[in-house]
Amino acid sequence: MNHLPQAWGRPRDDIYGAYNHAHLAPSHPTTHTQSPIVTGTSVIALKFRGGVVIAADNLASYGSLALHRREAAEKFNDKAVLGFGGDVSDMQYLDRYLNALAIRENYSSGSGAGEKASSTSTDASEEERAESLDNEGAGTGMAANNLHKYLQKLLYRRRSDFNPLWNHILIAGLSSPPPNAPDASPQPFLKSVDLLGTAFGAPSLATGFGAHLAQPILRRVVPDEEAVKKIDEATAVEAIRECMKVLWYRDARSLDRYSLAVVTKEGVRLSEDERVEGQSWEFAEGIRGYGTQVV
Amino acid sequence: MFRNNYDNDSVTFSPQGRIFQVEYAQEAVKQGSVVRNAEELSSYQKKIIPIDSHYGVALAGLASDARVLSNFMKQQSLASRLTYDRPILLSEITHRIGDRAQTNTQHYGKRPYGVGLLIAGVDAKGPHLFEFQPSGVTQEMVACGIGARSQMARTYLERNLEQFAEASREELVKHALRALKESLSQDKELTVDNTSVGVGGVKEDFKLYEGQELSGWLETTFENMNTAPEPEAGESMEVDS
Repeated sequence: MNHLPQAWGRPRDDIYGAYNHAHLAPSHPTTHTQSPIVTGTSVIALKFRGGVVIAADNLASYGSLALHRREAAEKFNDKAVLGFGGDVSDMQYLDRYLNALAIRENYSSGSGAGEKASSTSTDASEEERAESLDNEGAGTGMAANNLHKYLQKLLYRRRSDFNPLWNHILIAGLSSPPPNAPDASPQPFLKSVDLLGTAFGAPSLATGFGAHLAQPILRRVVPDEEAVKKIDEATAVEAIRECMKVLWYRDARSLDRYSLAVVTKEGVRLSEDERVEGQSWEFAEGIRGYGTQVV
Repeated sequence: MFRNNYDNDSVTFSPQGRIFQVEYAQEAVKQGSVVRNAEELSSYQKKIIPIDSHYGVALAGLASDARVLSNFMKQQSLASRLTYDRPILLSEITHRIGDRAQTNTQHYGKRPYGVGLLIAGVDAKGPHLFEFQPSGVTQEMVACGIGARSQMARTYLERNLEQFAEASREELVKHALRALKESLSQDKELTVDNTSVGVGGVKEDFKLYEGQELSGWLETTFENMNTAPEPEAGESMEVDS
């Protein structure tokens, strides 16, 4: 009998026959995503005084085919909304991944009830304790900046494995107050992260064609952080709606139905069935230089 | 050395259902001299370790085990800042070292940590104080003392428990020093050489105060009771040099 260590614990060849190692070897090479397949297009977002507005159209394209509708913007919690450009199946993967993260977060930093030590058993301190439990949920959970940092690390890890998640994501919401000023009011937060893990923030951001068509319009509204403090929610939402119209006019992979979310300290208002309104295609008459016109 | 046949490792129960190795580890904590706290910590020798800017730990027991645990905590705290852009919650880090210590009590060939910790600081949920024991047990406290002769300090803290919630920063430090004084034997004094205080607060990073920084606190805390003559050099607590 074979007493060599590599045979320990294995079925005996003389009884069962030699092990067929082909069972272990994969029958095909490992493949990674080489390009996005079903894609979403523009996501655009804009900061304003006290919050952020973000919008994305509801179209999923398969090449130039308008394949089906999709959820483009996703609420993570009361402080953060995500807008996905790029591959839709990777978006769905991230959606599931982030759901698991949210559940984990709620266990570790949810309401916090029962975690605080009871001080004494006198009536007065019982009241104090109840108060402190009420406040305890505040300031915990993932704010937009926490989520953004996490996604950046996740996407960078995936690109380092040469298996990127083919998305360009905008994270809009409110940032957590700095640790040394816990009472400071939460600031509007808007940053992006792409399939390479490249991350940056700006008063206005856009993915896909929006970066070419909508970004210049948005920059006219908020050229810098100073301008953010001067515009209100209504102006910001109006600017975003105008950009969605321009995108519908000019981007062939777009749709006139879109999702729009506004994040303020009151929470998230997400509407998934907005329409591009007040369209006028008269300008199309004057366009020259494309297609088959000869004049 | 060995009390019986059931204390060779931490995975064998005695017929009475006890795990002696874990109990010995708890004895090791009691050998270490006192550390105490109510949001402040103090001790002698280097017994307070700042971990992150928002919290620190104080130890009683084997300093080398505390070093292992504090290195782990530093690493976990940095990981939280790096991947989530936020300071780790004290409850979270306490659970992590609790779990780590507990696995040491159920694997053959491993031994329990011989150190108890007080973990104190401020996170997104406010100020916290946690106690950690070698068995892996952790609990949140309002005030706590661990280590040799810490019972007297805990008794002091228990008597003054109601005052802590309303106390100012300076008052809490005084309470801490008075409680620490309780744990000393009769002829010993707290001096700038044998005491250190760690303070962490809302809008205040965790900071370790040592040496002359403490002279003001020590003077104001013990001014009324200091009728005894100046302690001579040989009388104060021995100081590791």
